[in-house]
Amino acid sequence: MLRQAIENLGNRTIQGVWRIGFASRFFLAVLLHSGTAFRRFGLTIREMYFTGVLSLIIILVSGLFVGMVLGLQGYETLQTYGAEESLGILVALSLVRELGPVVAALLFASRAGSAITAEIGLMKATEQLSAMEMMAVDPIARVVAPRFWAGVISMPLLAALFSAMGIFGGYLVGVQLIGVDEGAFWSQMQSAVDFEQDILNGVIKSVVFGIAITAIALFEGYDAPPTAEGVSGATTRTVVTSSLAVLALDFVLTAFMFRGIS
Amino acid sequence: MNKTVLDLWVGLFVIAGIAALLFLALKVGSMSAVNTSNSYEVVARFDNIGGLKPRAPVKSAGVVVGRVADIRFDNETYEAAVTLRLDKRYAFPKDTSAAIMTSGLLGEQYIGLEAGGDSQTLKDKDRILITQSAVVLENLIGQFIYGKAQEGAPQ
Repeated sequence: MLRQAIENLGNRTIQGVWRIGFASRFFLAVLLHSGTAFRRFGLTIREMYFTGVLSLIIILVSGLFVGMVLGLQGYETLQTYGAEESLGILVALSLVRELGPVVAALLFASRAGSAITAEIGLMKATEQLSAMEMMAVDPIARVVAPRFWAGVISMPLLAALFSAMGIFGGYLVGVQLIGVDEGAFWSQMQSAVDFEQDILNGVIKSVVFGIAITAIALFEGYDAPPTAEGVSGATTRTVVTSSLAVLALDFVLTAFMFRGIS
Repeated sequence: MNKTVLDLWVGLFVIAGIAALLFLALKVGSMSAVNTSNSYEVVARFDNIGGLKPRAPVKSAGVVVGRVADIRFDNETYEAAVTLRLDKRYAFPKDTSAAIMTSGLLGEQYIGLEAGGDSQTLKDKDRILITQSAVVLENLIGQFIYGKAQEGAPQ
């Protein structure tokens, strides 16, 4: 009984370590085979269409609504202190520093990450990857690397669009609907938002999230058991793992970036 | 899907993303703010800086002319040494005075520069000699209570 429990623990540990090692080797192989993704840039552009362009609708609409809600809620709270003019700062800083990169990454994980896993998992289940190997085409170079770089390039662009759209939404609600002074809204925002500290750090965050999400999605797809059940399980794991990874990475990055900034 | 249509969409996506970044940089943030190449640094020493923080604005006549670059404690004079990074476009006389002020009742603290009458101007690494510390609310209240107590004391 006890021996059984210890054996189970040992087995799980070995499998866990093996999986981490496999994931690292996989990630390294993707980086090593990245040459193809840039030499045949058409492949990457094709994947950018599927991961980036097709995610635009959900990113833009949610950005607009998040900004509008921030405008409404922020106004309610700031009004108590007679600081309605600071609405621009509140909307811009929360979007550029946190909400833009994080919410865009969560949406990207569920919209594009799951699609990547399902596609590669199904390619593996229908033995398309093995067929490529038979034809001396490296599936990592031909299938995985372009998707990786497409995700890494798309993510910061999507996060920037999300933030810009959110600030526009906050402007619509705050200035056009409620009637906060337009000059104060923009000028206070400009004096409080710093290019390097706030905007550039937000972009760095979104690049890191892009790397994490696409790497997890590709690995889960490549590692999926070649059955219908296996692919569905891998897709679920992609969304759960990459969302948790985004939130954890966000905490670590924020602790490094914004400590000591007033 | 046709390859050229696909390229067009991705191109539009990239342009929109870069436009959003430019919007963030220029309209939301202030990239035109003081950057290191077009500025000079002066040091001012204060007995008490109150709640002054790095990156706080330096204003003269209400106009932002620079930012607080660095704040450190001088262990020999027991004073706070505040480094101000001022825009090169603005030159100030040598006897300019610096005071720590608060915008509004609860607002952020900033450094106010009051120009003097000297014909020479402040250069890089110069020191502002005349300074006025931040007003600490507790000290003010203490002085007020002390004054009141003296008023009421029997002659």
